[in-house]
Amino acid sequence: MSTIEKRLPAEKGEALIQELLEAYPEKTRKLRAKHFEVATEENIESSKCSVKSNIKSRPGVMTPRGCAYAGSKGVVWGPIKDMVHISHGPVGCGQYSWGTRRNYQNGVLGVSAFGAMQITSDYQEKDIVFGGDKKLEQMCREITEMFPLAKGISVQSECPVGLIGDDIEAVGRKMTKELSMPVVPVRCEGFRGVSQSLGHHIANDAIRDHVMGKGSLEESTPYDVCIIGDYNIGGDAWASRILLEKIGLRVIAQWTGDGTLNEVSIAHHSKLNLIHCYRSMNYICTTMEEQYGIPWMEYNFFGPTKTYESLRKIAARFDSTIQENAERVIAEYKAEMDAVIAKYRPRLEGKKVMLLIGGLRSGHTIGAYEDLGMEIVATGFEFAHKEEYTRTIKDLENGTILYDDPTAFDLEFLAEKLNIDLMGSGVKEKYVYHKKGIPFRQMHSWDYSGPYHGFDGFKVFARDMDMAINSPVWGLIKKTV
Amino acid sequence: MSDSFVTRDHNTLFASGEYKEQVERKRQFENPCSLQEVESTLEYTKTKEYAEKNFAREALVINPAKACQPLGAVLASLGFAKTLPFVQGSQGCVAYFRSHLARHFKEPVPAVSSSMTEDAAVFGGMNNLIEGLRNATALYKPEMIAMSTTCMAEVIGDDLSSFIGNARNQGAIPEDFPIAFANTPSFVGSHITGYDSMMRSMLSYLAERGGAVPAEAPAKEGAVNVVMGFDTYTGDFAEVKRLFSLLGADLTVLGDYSDNLDSPADGEYHYYYGGTTPEQVQAAPGAAGTIFLQKYSTKKTSVMIKEKWNQETVSFFSPIGVAATDKLLAEASRLTGKPIPEELIKERGRVVDAYTDSHPYLHGRRVAMAGDPDFLLGLISFCLEVGLEPVHIVCTNGDKDFEEEANELLKSSPYGIDGKVYIGKDLWHMRSLLITDPVDFVYGSTHMKYAAKDSNTPLIRVGFPIFDRHHLHRYPIIGYQGALNLLTLTVNSVLEKLDEDSPGYNFDLVR
Repeated sequence: MSTIEKRLPAEKGEALIQELLEAYPEKTRKLRAKHFEVATEENIESSKCSVKSNIKSRPGVMTPRGCAYAGSKGVVWGPIKDMVHISHGPVGCGQYSWGTRRNYQNGVLGVSAFGAMQITSDYQEKDIVFGGDKKLEQMCREITEMFPLAKGISVQSECPVGLIGDDIEAVGRKMTKELSMPVVPVRCEGFRGVSQSLGHHIANDAIRDHVMGKGSLEESTPYDVCIIGDYNIGGDAWASRILLEKIGLRVIAQWTGDGTLNEVSIAHHSKLNLIHCYRSMNYICTTMEEQYGIPWMEYNFFGPTKTYESLRKIAARFDSTIQENAERVIAEYKAEMDAVIAKYRPRLEGKKVMLLIGGLRSGHTIGAYEDLGMEIVATGFEFAHKEEYTRTIKDLENGTILYDDPTAFDLEFLAEKLNIDLMGSGVKEKYVYHKKGIPFRQMHSWDYSGPYHGFDGFKVFARDMDMAINSPVWGLIKKTV
Repeated sequence: MSDSFVTRDHNTLFASGEYKEQVERKRQFENPCSLQEVESTLEYTKTKEYAEKNFAREALVINPAKACQPLGAVLASLGFAKTLPFVQGSQGCVAYFRSHLARHFKEPVPAVSSSMTEDAAVFGGMNNLIEGLRNATALYKPEMIAMSTTCMAEVIGDDLSSFIGNARNQGAIPEDFPIAFANTPSFVGSHITGYDSMMRSMLSYLAERGGAVPAEAPAKEGAVNVVMGFDTYTGDFAEVKRLFSLLGADLTVLGDYSDNLDSPADGEYHYYYGGTTPEQVQAAPGAAGTIFLQKYSTKKTSVMIKEKWNQETVSFFSPIGVAATDKLLAEASRLTGKPIPEELIKERGRVVDAYTDSHPYLHGRRVAMAGDPDFLLGLISFCLEVGLEPVHIVCTNGDKDFEEEANELLKSSPYGIDGKVYIGKDLWHMRSLLITDPVDFVYGSTHMKYAAKDSNTPLIRVGFPIFDRHHLHRYPIIGYQGALNLLTLTVNSVLEKLDEDSPGYNFDLVR
């Protein structure tokens, strides 16, 4: 086991960032410099963070970011299981995002659920030249033939759609009428915005304009809540819902993991919206607050400490029955969570972790790592905004490096200099670290594991972090025999 | 060590009672179709009537077995030494190419994008290209750039040639820094088209660099070049090198990405591990000829080599099976003037010996398959030589030439008589075929797993992409060793099914 080094003080972190930036050409160096910050006692205290975010990636730097289409089809709309989501444009985008995000859903694939499918207009040159609106109309009709139980269609625009001037809104209106079900145009062309983030926003707006508020709920209770921003990766939303139900709440909708069109359309009957991924769905929460007066709150179901805290915070919004239930549920699980920590903490204590994930988990999972005695030495986001950075910095330790939209170069440089024990990021990054002998977990897809949410999820999380770090395979990595 | 708690992950957790009850509670908010309705619709999708409607589709594409051009271009780019793939256009595409290839190879895939956004859509992507080159060369220190395009750059009509010229003029890259580029619109062809375009560009650029005239390259005794095509088996590269080394031929694999996509875990990471060098490409026109181990994915490249290198070219479909490998070796022997060594003849005999051992379990079994054109022709050829009967052959990215050639091949054997070729069709068509006209097993990529499951057909994973099984790509499917490997995969899958389906009395110890 490697010796645990003392965390780098803030000045050392600053020097490291300066050294890193030396590799960049002058203009890019100046721009990239604004995307780094080292947590100091002062800014942890004040929650002030000057990291620049949600601005363009520099060309040619190997950004980890994706595009607006990925944020809309891949994140927000794709998991709605009883709708067919058309990847509208050439074949690639839908092909590469087919089934890879692991948004689990119950149902019969291709009959009552359409998640792990690649439905595409497969644009050809003639569609680019003459436009694809007629084709889109025909596709919608053919969808009703092929998938008679589909409840609706979303049209997820790829780059060419917006460039050639197709009028998918007109097609959407016409087909909604003709097919008597929602056909929702989504303008999430990949060139819009600077990352997945604008795609989330556009997707939220499309939900607002075409689905929100349209459904009715037979009976309401004072305990009706929605889970917002949980995409049920590896079953996360299920492992979260079970806790909310155990404390006596009635979950009327999941947005959008294992979600349905109906759930999306009745969410405005909720008494409280509970949002896990703030980055991808804050828009709809504020919209529902403005239009229906529904309050919303963030919660964090990663790791027992944050889960206890969140259950209590949620319960505090309801009556004493719910609050007592929450205490009972926490007591029910506490012994088991303590046993999980007792088993894994000695194996993981002091291990240094570096994270780069999308817009939530680089901050939200910190508590789960800390429950296991692990230290976050550097973290940051692909596509977060200022809010995430100011929230995250207060959870950091002095000297932790924060970065925004780091390049492959940045991550590799820092991982080496910080002598980390675990990297948590995505599949594009994963195998680089394997070569280097640095344990790695994919933190977008849970590395084909999960769930990681809730108490059931924490057991899996702890097991996975332990197997990543303590596998005997790392002992074989060397340059000689 | 026993724990006081039980850890259940996604595989088993949700089968427990409390999660099953949760599913029921959730249903009341889903406005779901009734279970009977779902059941009857599922049955309906398995009828001939549904299959007819399915085949009448004109616009809707469901689960195609193809990807887009720049993916193939990125793969081709990785076949050259110290070369960084650079894709002009939206950045999301490159994130997708990198993750798609990484999921198949379980390897890092370095590639950069010029990150074009709305302003580039209006003003063009020149500034992005220039800054992108400056940044990429500073950070990742490639010795060459291979540039391809996303559909965004193609739709707005970016002029790569002049943009690259301007990048040189502005000093973003040195005047003599090598950059080859190919236009790879994703609304034309598929990944194999992009592979072909990038290969052609790389080879013609490098061979003609510095004013070199390829047709005048000095002759190389006993030398031959091989272009693998869009082949995602690193094991195939090793097999080809082994075969040619036994033959005693001086082999150059043009576009050899096997080292870049199969690097060691030794504590270090490098962006560039191997690949064909510029010197190798410059010398390649002096070889006796260039052999293409796929023809549909190298159409333009082979024409270029024939015309500009003034060199003999030989194109085959993927040499899968003994007969196709025989043909490859015969041509290699003819081109190089080297006789086929005894060792290879013995090895061939051993593979045929294995065929004779396994044929009773293969003979007359009906097979379906989907994938790229060259690969399907190779698989058909393999099937016909072991007595398997190809029935449904789906090629989403196949053209008329492919259809004709596949039909000819099927007609050449009594085992091919039931074979039907479907070009431009997808894996949802395949689902109908597998359900309405069942087969014993299906060859295909991971994407085939849904149709295979719906029709209860065993899937033998061959092709691209393979995401859900490990290391298959490290073993060859071409050459004699590939034939043996494919035979082993196939016969053991058949035997596994016999055991699985056994009611008991025929759970045989010896098969």
